[in-house]
Amino acid sequence: MSDSPIHANLFTWPAEHPSLLGGLCGHCGEVSFPAQSSCRHCSGTGSSVIELGDRGTLWSWTVQNFLPKPPYVTDQTAATFKPYGVGYVEMPAGVRVESRLLTSDPKKLHIGMPMQLVIERFSRNDQGGHNLSFAFDCLEVN
Amino acid sequence: MDVAIVGIGLHPFGRTPSMSGLQQGAAATRAALADAGVDWSDIECGYGGSQDAGNADAIVNEMGLSGLQFTHIFNGCATGGSSLHAAYTAVKSGEYRNALVLGFDKHAPGAFNASPADWGIDDWYGEIGLMLTTQYFGMKIQRYMHDHNISEKALVAVAEKAFHNGSINPTAWRRQALSSEDIMASTMISHPLRKYMFCSPAEGAVALILCSATEAKRYTTQPIFLNAAAVRTRHYGSFEVFSPSQPIKQADSPTVIASQAAYQQAGIGPADIDIAQLQDTESGAEIIHMAENGFCEHGEQEQWLRAGHTQIGGKFPVNTDGGCLANGEPVGASGLRQVHEICVQLRQQGGARQVPGNPETGYTHVYGAPGISGVTILSR
Repeated sequence: MSDSPIHANLFTWPAEHPSLLGGLCGHCGEVSFPAQSSCRHCSGTGSSVIELGDRGTLWSWTVQNFLPKPPYVTDQTAATFKPYGVGYVEMPAGVRVESRLLTSDPKKLHIGMPMQLVIERFSRNDQGGHNLSFAFDCLEVN
Repeated sequence: MDVAIVGIGLHPFGRTPSMSGLQQGAAATRAALADAGVDWSDIECGYGGSQDAGNADAIVNEMGLSGLQFTHIFNGCATGGSSLHAAYTAVKSGEYRNALVLGFDKHAPGAFNASPADWGIDDWYGEIGLMLTTQYFGMKIQRYMHDHNISEKALVAVAEKAFHNGSINPTAWRRQALSSEDIMASTMISHPLRKYMFCSPAEGAVALILCSATEAKRYTTQPIFLNAAAVRTRHYGSFEVFSPSQPIKQADSPTVIASQAAYQQAGIGPADIDIAQLQDTESGAEIIHMAENGFCEHGEQEQWLRAGHTQIGGKFPVNTDGGCLANGEPVGASGLRQVHEICVQLRQQGGARQVPGNPETGYTHVYGAPGISGVTILSR
């Protein structure tokens, strides 16, 4: 049984303190997520993979309140579906990343709040383990 | 060469189980031909599209194999705008004397389920549940409300207006007026947007006949002139659907760019427009598009809606046929329904929903994934 990232180059793994990964254009300096070989800004092709870190602030959010059709992967049904939060998290590295949010309570989500990256077991993989995906959780600041 | 719309036809939006999407397209085409008083065999070229109801150029199987040049167009929700633009340029260039513009569709019930690969995105994005247009609309208006001090009441007012207008439009799908209480009591889909604030995929068809303005009177006594047609795609930094990330620095949306191009072509500005059809995939979209098309300032929408400015009797009626909210969205036809409605209003054929005051100029705006806007400016 082994857990593995749902896709390469989304986040550092295995890692004690995982970080999101992105792309840095060597030509114009624009940051992308996920990393891509050509730049959406300048059409340059010399991009390198960089760490985007594990904390950001919530730029906008919503809650997914109905069971999505495929390609969503789940063993839930419309009756057992649990709503999940979705948001854009602004990373200090200079890009807003779209992500699932662990919180789905609209009363607990507000624009500008600090967010923490978490790596979660998402779905079963074909090695008897899980696909790991990324999400963000509200960061409690005392 | 100026271009005129001399024939309009529409097959009612909603659900027609007895007809394929293509057959609905043929019904709209026959209606437009009859309206223009022209035979199918006289049509020199055609442009049109559908997302889920087959190739638009198969219309010749329904209408007759006349040998015309026909180009199938697909540009997401902006398919209608792109088809009209292609026909507009074909006639404007002088290459063809007339053109058919056709849009039809027939979607399965429920939200669209797009495939990430079709949009250049890896599968993980869909697998973890991010490939939903509804989420995008929720997040976009959530941020917009935060930035421009727009309240939930504004979202409700847009939906209430749409269903009222739908209730007096005999070809609308949703023909029951809804109260603000009904709308607020409907299921939350994607915060802050509720069920009755979203349009649904549907069926329907629209056809238009275009010709050069100098020949328009040969076809009709009531030509509507196409003063501008512009289609633009997104720039880097525009917040669009199906975006795993977006840059921090934001750019003007494709709507702003297409709108400015259209005003420039027509040589008039937003203050010269009497009525508009603005993309209202959901309530928030109409609010954003009121400002992006130049009709009011960002943040001013709240006051406009409270004052009823965009109602049929208001100072600037928007979506007089009920828009996407009351008509549903058959993707291939939706942008052309907007143009059809402006023609109806400028011809004074709106019946119970006719805008008073004899409007002279109209504006249409269609917007679609992943960041395409099509704008037209029309006058009588």
